[in-house]
Amino acid sequence: MRRLADGGRLDRSTTLAVTWDGREIEAHPGDTLASALLAAGITEVARSTVHGRPRGIVSAGAEEPCAYVQVDAPRSEPLVAATLVEAVDGLVAAPLAGFGRLAGDDLERHDRRHHHCDVLVVGGGTAGAAEARRAAAAGLRVVWAERDTGPLPDLGDDALCLSRTTAVGSYDDNLVMLVERVSSTRRRMWQVRAGEVVLATGAHERPLVFAGNDLPGVMLAGAARTYLERFALVPERAVVFTTNDAGTETAEALRAAGAAVTLVDARAGHAVVAAEGEGRLRSVLVAPIATPADAERVECELLAVSGGFEPVLDLHRHRRGGVRWDAPRACFVPHGTVRNQRIVGTAMGDGLPTVAALWLVPGGEERHAYVDLQRDVTVTDLRRAVGAGLESIEHVKRYTLVGTGVDQGRTAKTNAAAIAAGLLGREIAEIGTSTTRPPVEPVSFAVLAGRARGPRFEPVRTTPIHAWHVNHGAVFEDVGQWKRPWYYPQPGEDMDAAVLRECAAARTGVAMMDASTLGKIDIQGPDSAEFLNRLYTNSYDTLRVGRCRYGLLCRADGMVFDDGVVTRVAEDRFFATTTTGGAAAVLDWMEEWLQTEWPELRVHLTSVTEQWQTVAVVGPRSRDLLSSAFGAIDFSNEAFPFMTFRDTTFHKRFPARVSRVSFSGELAYEVSVPSDAGRLLWLGLWKAGEPLGVTAYGTETMHVLRAEKGFVIVGQDTDGTVTPIDLGMDWIVSKTKPFVGRRSLTRPDTARPDRKQLVGLLPDDPSVRLDEGAQLVLDPEQAPPVTMIGHVTSSYRSAALGRTFALALVRSGRERLGEPVYSPGADGITAARVVEPVFYDAEGLRRDG
Amino acid sequence: MLLIPCPYCGERDEVEFRYGGAAHVSYPEDASAADDREWSRYVFYRPNPSGRFCERWVHQHGCRRWFNLVRDTTTHEIAGSYAIGQETSA
Repeated sequence: MRRLADGGRLDRSTTLAVTWDGREIEAHPGDTLASALLAAGITEVARSTVHGRPRGIVSAGAEEPCAYVQVDAPRSEPLVAATLVEAVDGLVAAPLAGFGRLAGDDLERHDRRHHHCDVLVVGGGTAGAAEARRAAAAGLRVVWAERDTGPLPDLGDDALCLSRTTAVGSYDDNLVMLVERVSSTRRRMWQVRAGEVVLATGAHERPLVFAGNDLPGVMLAGAARTYLERFALVPERAVVFTTNDAGTETAEALRAAGAAVTLVDARAGHAVVAAEGEGRLRSVLVAPIATPADAERVECELLAVSGGFEPVLDLHRHRRGGVRWDAPRACFVPHGTVRNQRIVGTAMGDGLPTVAALWLVPGGEERHAYVDLQRDVTVTDLRRAVGAGLESIEHVKRYTLVGTGVDQGRTAKTNAAAIAAGLLGREIAEIGTSTTRPPVEPVSFAVLAGRARGPRFEPVRTTPIHAWHVNHGAVFEDVGQWKRPWYYPQPGEDMDAAVLRECAAARTGVAMMDASTLGKIDIQGPDSAEFLNRLYTNSYDTLRVGRCRYGLLCRADGMVFDDGVVTRVAEDRFFATTTTGGAAAVLDWMEEWLQTEWPELRVHLTSVTEQWQTVAVVGPRSRDLLSSAFGAIDFSNEAFPFMTFRDTTFHKRFPARVSRVSFSGELAYEVSVPSDAGRLLWLGLWKAGEPLGVTAYGTETMHVLRAEKGFVIVGQDTDGTVTPIDLGMDWIVSKTKPFVGRRSLTRPDTARPDRKQLVGLLPDDPSVRLDEGAQLVLDPEQAPPVTMIGHVTSSYRSAALGRTFALALVRSGRERLGEPVYSPGADGITAARVVEPVFYDAEGLRRDG
Repeated sequence: MLLIPCPYCGERDEVEFRYGGAAHVSYPEDASAADDREWSRYVFYRPNPSGRFCERWVHQHGCRRWFNLVRDTTTHEIAGSYAIGQETSA
């Protein structure tokens, strides 16, 4: 095509540097990449995805099925229609080769905005403009979005008029996602909740199906007219093949601009039966539809085709809006309504021309007659699908992939439905059209993410003591959103060595851990004891003020849900700790019961996880450490027994609570202070501990210490299918009072004797550590399928035992004490013996120091 | 994304809420008296109609209060919301 010296909406005074496939081409402001390519005489811009055939520019808009390109600058976009790429200075693009590629450096930063309006008008054409103006004049808050470059007229302060903006998806209750091209490199995603959505999305043209219809140079007639009128591009010789008046008008317009035009009008009984050329269109064969063999060859560089028009109804269809077949205009038009949504103008089918429907032009080779140019689906493929017995258009779609390309099959779906209907001997109205889903056009993940990336997507939670852990070389473990010290390797130590050292310190001297991430719930109100009684498996009305009690929570199905220590602070006030990961879920769970089942209970729940920092001090010398740090308290066993607490002050001004609880079996304390004092507390305890050789330990050591004692970790040794009875924790399950889940413990399934039960495992080889999660079998020689009887839940090396050990859930485990089990792994079979799940200090002699 | 009318805060985006399943499934008055069949119906069985459905939601990232909602499961049309403990509005 040739660019005219004037005309079009171009700024010819400015020339932009645009690079296509390594070659400089000329473009002006107002051009798209597609129009610049056509002006440069470049017709082949892509290779088709399946058949590898040369493809050109088919459209001038979003319906483009072929011209998908890779843009490398100014913003890397791996899959975008050349018809939608605005020409800008420094634009670098190339044919899309296989999958697109992203720029190596991830510099994408896009915005997201939320907006509310009374009316959202999608579409900047005549109908859209009228709707937007009317709504604005009525004093309504308006959002008006138009895909094209605009600009849109100003409608006042209450109107948000967005050009270069595509509505990519419509969701329940009129939530519409818009992507605004703010600049050549930036996008802004608008999340608009609209009282009413008005779709003025217009219509696009549909191609015709004949042999060779995919050759570069075959274009939609309306696109040819757009390239002429907006981009001042005119072909030397053109053939216009139409089924309606719009094509005839295009022929006249091209002729008026100086092109030699041959009009082939299906309404007059003529058709283009084949397009010819190597790599690009050179000529077409024109014949009467009734006698396609009587063909005449016409040379041309452009074949403009019009098979009719399709109302653009993507957003309507996203909301499951209906369509019906309109035979005179040969298209699907809206049928029925979507709540609080209207469709106006051409999108309703208004003003679309009457079409002499021509679905499959006879006479050419069907394997070269493309129905879906994006997916390379031909008439032959449709015939194969129908021949395979597929009758639903949804099945034909899945079998052939017709209509599943990035272009959403805009130009393909109706032709596919009509041709499939013809092959099935049925009407297209019966066949219907396949589902349309968001997004309307490709949206990159970077745009969807906006600024919600990394810590802005998933917050990182750290305690006030975090910097100390970092400075002391801690390796961190993610627990929920928390960063917890996992272990503190000293120079030359690997994880095993560090954990063995930390464990030994806790069992023989004194060690400290940051336990601040434990969930903490403040429970207040006169009915608090009754409330806890109903939720926990054990009783709290019997817990005296000043004392602590370990508790388990079950769901209604009787499965263990969380655990922690409950402290009675006052007659009407309790303080409960939860697991680090379960804190939010436990609070939600408690609230749910309180609000939905027991609103009569006078109880208030408050999360105080972040308000209190807690340090665990563990080991036979922990009493010495705390006596030195808190001189006012008598730490003797008689004065301060196990499972009690003392309130005191820290640094004279901070309230502090010292609780005697132990998750290791050792003499141990937990000290809590307000968060402001958390770091001071850690430093103060550390200083007090230095003469005693205090050691910092992380979560891995905590896990080993508790496993040596057979204490479970909810979520590690349990998985939502484990009851307290399965864990051997009958002692904590009240037989006398009701609690949530109790009834489930006597269901036939939960009372089975052959449930998986918690046991200990000692590998025969004391240096071999079983894999956590490893399956266990009784007979390693059994032919597959092998009977699996359980799995390893926790497995460690123990400093105290001088060997490896594990906890496991094993079917009828308690009946198998002393028996061998086997863990088949990649490195062979590991043999182990089933033992009681308490490995260390079974008599509990170390608790009091 | 639904626009949910919290009875306490007004209309808010669905992302602020958490779903709580069918409404009006009460914890048995005396669970220990329930036979296995009755208990399993409470624990495991829930209605799942196509159409009008009374369900529980909690305004998790708002007022944190539970309430009931009447929603059509086919069209997602919301007929209204009402407080926990109240009967279905007509």
